Amino acid sequence: MRMKKNLGWLGILPLIAVLLSGCGSALMDPKGQIGVEQKSLIITAFWLMMIVVIPVLIMTVVFAWKYRHSNHAAKYMPDWAHSNKIEVFVWLIPCVIILFLGIITWKTSHSLDPNKPIESDADTMEVQVVALDWKWLFIYPEQGIATVNEVAMPVDVPVHFRVTSASVMNSFFIPTLGSQIYAMAGMDNDVYLVANEAGVYAGKSSNYSGEGFSEMTFDARAMSQDDFDAWVDKVGQSSETLSYDGSYQELAEPSTDHPVEYFSDVTSGLYRDIIESFKDGSGEGGQDGYGESSMSAEAAE
Amino acid sequence: MFGKLTLEDIPYDVPILVATAIVVLLGGLVVVGALTYFKKWKWLWTEWLTSVDHKKLGIMYFLVALVMLLRGFADAIMMRTQQALAAGGSEGYLPPEHYDQIFTAHGVIMIFFVAMPMVIGLMNLVVPLQIGARDVAFPFMNNLSFWLFIAGVALTMVSLFIGEYGKTGWLAYAPLSGIKYSPGVGVDYWIWGLQISGIGTTLTGINFFVTILRMRTKGMTLFRMPIFTWTSLCANVLIILSFPILTATIALLTLDRYLGMHFFTNDMGGNMMMYVNLIWAWGHPEVYILILPAFGVFSEVIATFAKKRLFGYNTMVWATVAIAFLSFTVWLHHFFTMGAGADVNAFFGIATMIIAIPTGVKIFNWLFTMYRGRLEFTSPVLWTLGFIITFTIGGMTGVMLAVPGANFVLHNSLFVIAHFHNVIIGGVVFGMLAGLTYWFPKAFGFTLDEKWGKRSFWCWIIGFYLAFMPLYILSFYGAVRRMQSYANADWQPLMIVAWFGAVLILCGIACTVIQFIVSIRDREKNADITGDPWDARTLEWSTSSPAPFYNFAHLPNVGSIDAFWEAKKEKGMAADKPTQYEDIHMPKNTVAGPIIGLISIVFGFALVWHIWWLAGVSAIGMFVAFMFRVFNDDIDYYVPAAEVERIEREHHKRLEMQA
Repeated sequence: MRMKKNLGWLGILPLIAVLLSGCGSALMDPKGQIGVEQKSLIITAFWLMMIVVIPVLIMTVVFAWKYRHSNHAAKYMPDWAHSNKIEVFVWLIPCVIILFLGIITWKTSHSLDPNKPIESDADTMEVQVVALDWKWLFIYPEQGIATVNEVAMPVDVPVHFRVTSASVMNSFFIPTLGSQIYAMAGMDNDVYLVANEAGVYAGKSSNYSGEGFSEMTFDARAMSQDDFDAWVDKVGQSSETLSYDGSYQELAEPSTDHPVEYFSDVTSGLYRDIIESFKDGSGEGGQDGYGESSMSAEAAE
Repeated sequence: MFGKLTLEDIPYDVPILVATAIVVLLGGLVVVGALTYFKKWKWLWTEWLTSVDHKKLGIMYFLVALVMLLRGFADAIMMRTQQALAAGGSEGYLPPEHYDQIFTAHGVIMIFFVAMPMVIGLMNLVVPLQIGARDVAFPFMNNLSFWLFIAGVALTMVSLFIGEYGKTGWLAYAPLSGIKYSPGVGVDYWIWGLQISGIGTTLTGINFFVTILRMRTKGMTLFRMPIFTWTSLCANVLIILSFPILTATIALLTLDRYLGMHFFTNDMGGNMMMYVNLIWAWGHPEVYILILPAFGVFSEVIATFAKKRLFGYNTMVWATVAIAFLSFTVWLHHFFTMGAGADVNAFFGIATMIIAIPTGVKIFNWLFTMYRGRLEFTSPVLWTLGFIITFTIGGMTGVMLAVPGANFVLHNSLFVIAHFHNVIIGGVVFGMLAGLTYWFPKAFGFTLDEKWGKRSFWCWIIGFYLAFMPLYILSFYGAVRRMQSYANADWQPLMIVAWFGAVLILCGIACTVIQFIVSIRDREKNADITGDPWDARTLEWSTSSPAPFYNFAHLPNVGSIDAFWEAKKEKGMAADKPTQYEDIHMPKNTVAGPIIGLISIVFGFALVWHIWWLAGVSAIGMFVAFMFRVFNDDIDYYVPAAEVERIEREHHKRLEMQA
């Protein structure tokens, strides 16, 4: 039984270690407001459940040992199988914990809803994200540029990522900044994120999408406004441009471990055209009947 | 003539597969040779393959499940090895083409062809005995269900050597599983393997639902049923309600793939979100179909070995019913990140957490069953204690995943992988291995070796923690599921720890194999003469071990929950010796079951490869076989009273000799 006790802790210790230390992990050392709120939510939920988990682990070991077959000193009541007091207790404790967790869940489901804009003094910047086989296309409608497998944003400026797919389902995820959201063909999904610290953060698809999935990664670069402006200029000097009927079709062909690419010019409405191409039944990209503002997956459903 | 099938579809250029094929072929030859040499074909056919005896079907389900566990585990250790190697630019030894098939096959096999047949096998073996019945309600259908399950297994195994398996993940999310993105036959193997075995599962659900409701012995009201029977009842209700959803969903995907329809495609009005919703509307109840009977096993084990009535029987029953009901209200928690909106996410998050309440109550009830008991540390008890600890941790991480705000960063990460292995290994696997050890003597007449059983337990539990705790940690560093390789070399040490854990689990499996060999060797020494080796509480222990094919010479009469236990306390250990016996009405063996099942393998194979004429011929073949069965009135017989008396006398003689 001594070993069993060790095992109970074996299960808990690494989690506690991670939750307490942070030690540079993406989720426990987040670099954006959304991620920070999610970190505290995870830790709160964890400790709330510890209120019931720790007693259960201790009771398991203590009861099993105390009432072992060879211990004749312990009380033995073979027909004792009911106690109102204990019944009330075992229903009440989980109910109370779940009540608290439920309230927290309701609140945070709304406050951390990926659809919800982030309040900030700075204006929100829009970036349109298209999951392709197997790379990420980022379109900056306000700057008129586009990139592949690299996204940049100024520090402390909320970013409205509009996310779609031109292929199978993927999930757009920058763990260090927070929430992910599915990228689905014909759907216009939203996630609002902000970086509060400069740095390069790993981004990826977290939803398996086929052969090139493991290498469907990108760098998310958070930088000062000046650096960001310089970055936009750098992208703007690229000789490549992107249009729906031209170079986009080439880009959309499946490729694995795709290099970073910059496009100095993008035809306006490319993002809309990509979504539309799945909508009108002909696969040719209809031009009308589609709302301009963000039509969430929910509404589309 | 052969549809899409050509010689190029046989992967003779892949060394791993060729070696596997050779091993499988040699193993098959040994089995065939042995059967021929010992002249056992007829025995195999009449005693096992055509049998409608629920106990024999249960044993066959469990045996196939253990074989498939080896296959599923081979996939697992290949994946762990790949991830231990493929760090920081290394590609490991498995290209995505193979790795993707392996994780797909691993998931499908472990759920459909290991966990499900273990659960269904145990229900087959135990439920009719626990309710004092002589067989299930529909014995032929029970045999047919088994053979449809075998067809699913066979198609999945054939995909290893002819063609390929799906590269889509175990649930084959559309549109990736659609014809545009998966033009090969892998998804078709997935479709027909699951479709055929899924129909078998639905039939099983109906069979056991009716059996439990209609065939209980005198005096066994619903609230006198053993807990394992209660949990089986709830699991079968879930099967009846959920498996048709799976069948319909796969049928729609089939129409997309075979007839160019657009239910789940990206364009032409297809809606892949509908696929994800439907597949989880089945998928979430499915995990409760697996775990509820495991809960039942733990309840029986803990009450038996604590020598004490189960604490809070009524609470246990209502908690089980509540879990079964709630399991249909939470499917959306598998895709909070689809963008459904805050209200919807919050509803499903809270509904999910509410399941933690009845589950928590069950845990407390097991603890209070030990309390003031006399707990024997047998290997089933070790599995149960390991379960309580492991499942509590897994339940906690499950609730963390159920908080949408937290799920947005935990979803699709290794946290999810660690969580569901935490509850499926800690719950279902531990439960089935506990059940195997507990009911083995009832099936075979001798107990399993305890020493090797305990060794298996320690390997499994330590191996589990080493294999999956690192994955929880890695998920906090941004590691997601289904990675064939990863750039961040810092993750490698923990991946190697996880690999080592998998090796320990392999040792656990090896211990179980050794346990069987040692136990068969020592079967005389460990023989269960009384039929009640654990001094247990429920009816299955009131008949001899192995149970006679008619289960009970006289159907027992039940006056309380632990009627057998109370009878023992009142009358002592001496079993009743009835003075007279009656003829017993029993079902006859069936050849239609195996024939329909075997033809359905051909049917599925023909559809996978678009060999239309063969599909047509085999469909007609199945129909004809079924009609023969339908119009056959010679399906039952009476066991003469004299024969029953002879068998029972023998049992009583052995009892007296032992006394």
